[in-house]
Amino acid sequence: MSRLNEANTILAKEIIGRYPKARSATIPLLHLSQQQNGHLTNDAIAHVAELVGATSAEVLGTATFYEMFKFEPVGKYLINICGTMSCQLLGADELMHHAEHTLGVKAGGTTPDGLFTLEHAECQAACTEAPNLQVNYRHCHRMTTTAFDQLVDDLRNGRLDGEIPPHGTLARVRQTIPADRAAGPASPDAPVVPAWMPEAAQ
Amino acid sequence: MTTYPWAAGYVDDGDRPKIVTSRFHLADGYTLERYHATGGYEGLKAALARTPGDVHEEVKAATVLGRGGAGFPAGTKWGLMPPGKFPRYLVVNGDESEPGTYKDRLLMERDPHQLIEGCLIAAYAAGLSQVFLYIRGEMPLAHERVGTALNEAYAAGYVGKHILGTNFSVDIVLHWGAGAYVVGEETALIESLEGKRGEPRLKPPFFPAAIGLYGQPTIVNNVETMSNLPWLLSNGAAAYTAIGTATSPGTRMVAVSGHVKRPGVYEIINGTTTFRDLLYGDEFCQGIRNDNELKAFVPGGGSAPWFLPDQLDLPFESRLVGAAGSMLGSGAIMVMDHTTDIPRAALSLVHFYAAESCGQCTPCREGGTWLERIMQRLADGRGSHGDLDQLLDIGQSICPGVFPHAASERLGLEAKPFPFKMTTICFVGPSAYTSVHSAITLFRDEFEAKIIERKSIPVSAS
Repeated sequence: MSRLNEANTILAKEIIGRYPKARSATIPLLHLSQQQNGHLTNDAIAHVAELVGATSAEVLGTATFYEMFKFEPVGKYLINICGTMSCQLLGADELMHHAEHTLGVKAGGTTPDGLFTLEHAECQAACTEAPNLQVNYRHCHRMTTTAFDQLVDDLRNGRLDGEIPPHGTLARVRQTIPADRAAGPASPDAPVVPAWMPEAAQ
Repeated sequence: MTTYPWAAGYVDDGDRPKIVTSRFHLADGYTLERYHATGGYEGLKAALARTPGDVHEEVKAATVLGRGGAGFPAGTKWGLMPPGKFPRYLVVNGDESEPGTYKDRLLMERDPHQLIEGCLIAAYAAGLSQVFLYIRGEMPLAHERVGTALNEAYAAGYVGKHILGTNFSVDIVLHWGAGAYVVGEETALIESLEGKRGEPRLKPPFFPAAIGLYGQPTIVNNVETMSNLPWLLSNGAAAYTAIGTATSPGTRMVAVSGHVKRPGVYEIINGTTTFRDLLYGDEFCQGIRNDNELKAFVPGGGSAPWFLPDQLDLPFESRLVGAAGSMLGSGAIMVMDHTTDIPRAALSLVHFYAAESCGQCTPCREGGTWLERIMQRLADGRGSHGDLDQLLDIGQSICPGVFPHAASERLGLEAKPFPFKMTTICFVGPSAYTSVHSAITLFRDEFEAKIIERKSIPVSAS
């Protein structure tokens, strides 16, 4: 049981409606499913496949390509420590070493209380603020070992609940296209010359 | 010279002309209200008052070079679509993940309306029926800011049906990535947007302008490229080309990171600013940390061959940098001082590209992994003398022939200019080899020192 619930199924159909082809909504729907359940299950994959008109194998093939999709439970907080050049130059190796010691798990592991999963990550687009890490993809800049300990303490004690939602939730604001304002998807199967182009007048 | 807590990394000196970062000093620069108060959507209005062909000509006249890496002029790219074939799509590449690159995320978080306005201008000029804003999944704040801005823009009549009461109608759809560097390659981006694995397509025949999303003509442009358009349409091509040089007009966002005193994201004048200005200038990075010596720097993102202090006086201009053996890429400079453990620094990049290979082409999938393993044992002091030749040999399978590198007076090396030959569909494979080749060519002695000592040189903390 981890199909999308009723509210999310309605939202999924609305998202599909924005694309000229339903299958384009695969990744956004997988995110929605992960937001609901924390990770992706076979049932979830099958439901997304139903919704976008693909086979489960096709959706699984897509899902496994992308790093953000998890196929087994991860901690409430996913801590990604960047190890690419700018961060490496400024102490990412030491930071990872410290994190592994503090949390008591190796990179890739989850703490027994299910609170933290630690991962080695690639460039996080914050290179001037190295070394960086992300908690559920929220950036923490210029990390030190002291700042890391403080961060873990804050997360444990719920002091960052307002800023960092549990793993799975990405943006807390979604795009909504009002029906009366929508131009509608441009289908390749029913080509229309854009009304504002000179070709339309011919 | 000011920094702002809400725009981590951005450094503003108030003197240089600003095209894309003019609202970064405002804490609420991302809201529609502030955008309106600072000239927002005036570029769109100016565009809609002219014919699409006219607007396209204006963009062509300004030679807006693509800011994603390849540096292809946007106006020329739009002109490559087969005439009369519709629908056409615009896919905006916000999948910023090239090592060292930090600018598109700031543009999306700090000035989302500018990006939206740019997309609208492009859609109007090139007859694009739908816009997809593909934002990297690991950037939730960018999603929230762009999502909110789109909701505001729809409500205000800037996006959607009959924009500002005209017959121009287009939807902008915010699309989520899910973590894959290779998706930054334009054909992989399209595959991903079709709901598939992000594996690049062969070019030819799949040039997106001809055969792109759903097989239709598709323009793929970078976030920074799009963000230039509102200013361009408000101020005109003449004002745009008055900044920078004839071959590289306007400004560019550049992130300088690593061992400098003041790492930061700077909007610089295109084509004239030199690497020495950027690394040592008072208005930029102010020198190497602790006044250490500069050892090497990466001039254009993790995929670019490395430069030495010999190249400091080159300007930030793509043709000159190409002739000198590297590329400007995505505007990312990573600086290494004399304490840097070169094999280990190169390893961090090899690891990146090996991990991010999509697995489609054998030279990249297998070669990248081998490069990483051998580099790992060399960096750890477990390598052998044969390893260095082995690395270069694997590189020959990915990029046969001469590979570009910088000139060095110390080593008596002459520059080998860009580009190179490759046996893979996209640039991920060659990029895995780039740092290996640069490190061995320019710092072979450091590898050999590790082989003899058979132990790792500890990374300095300062």
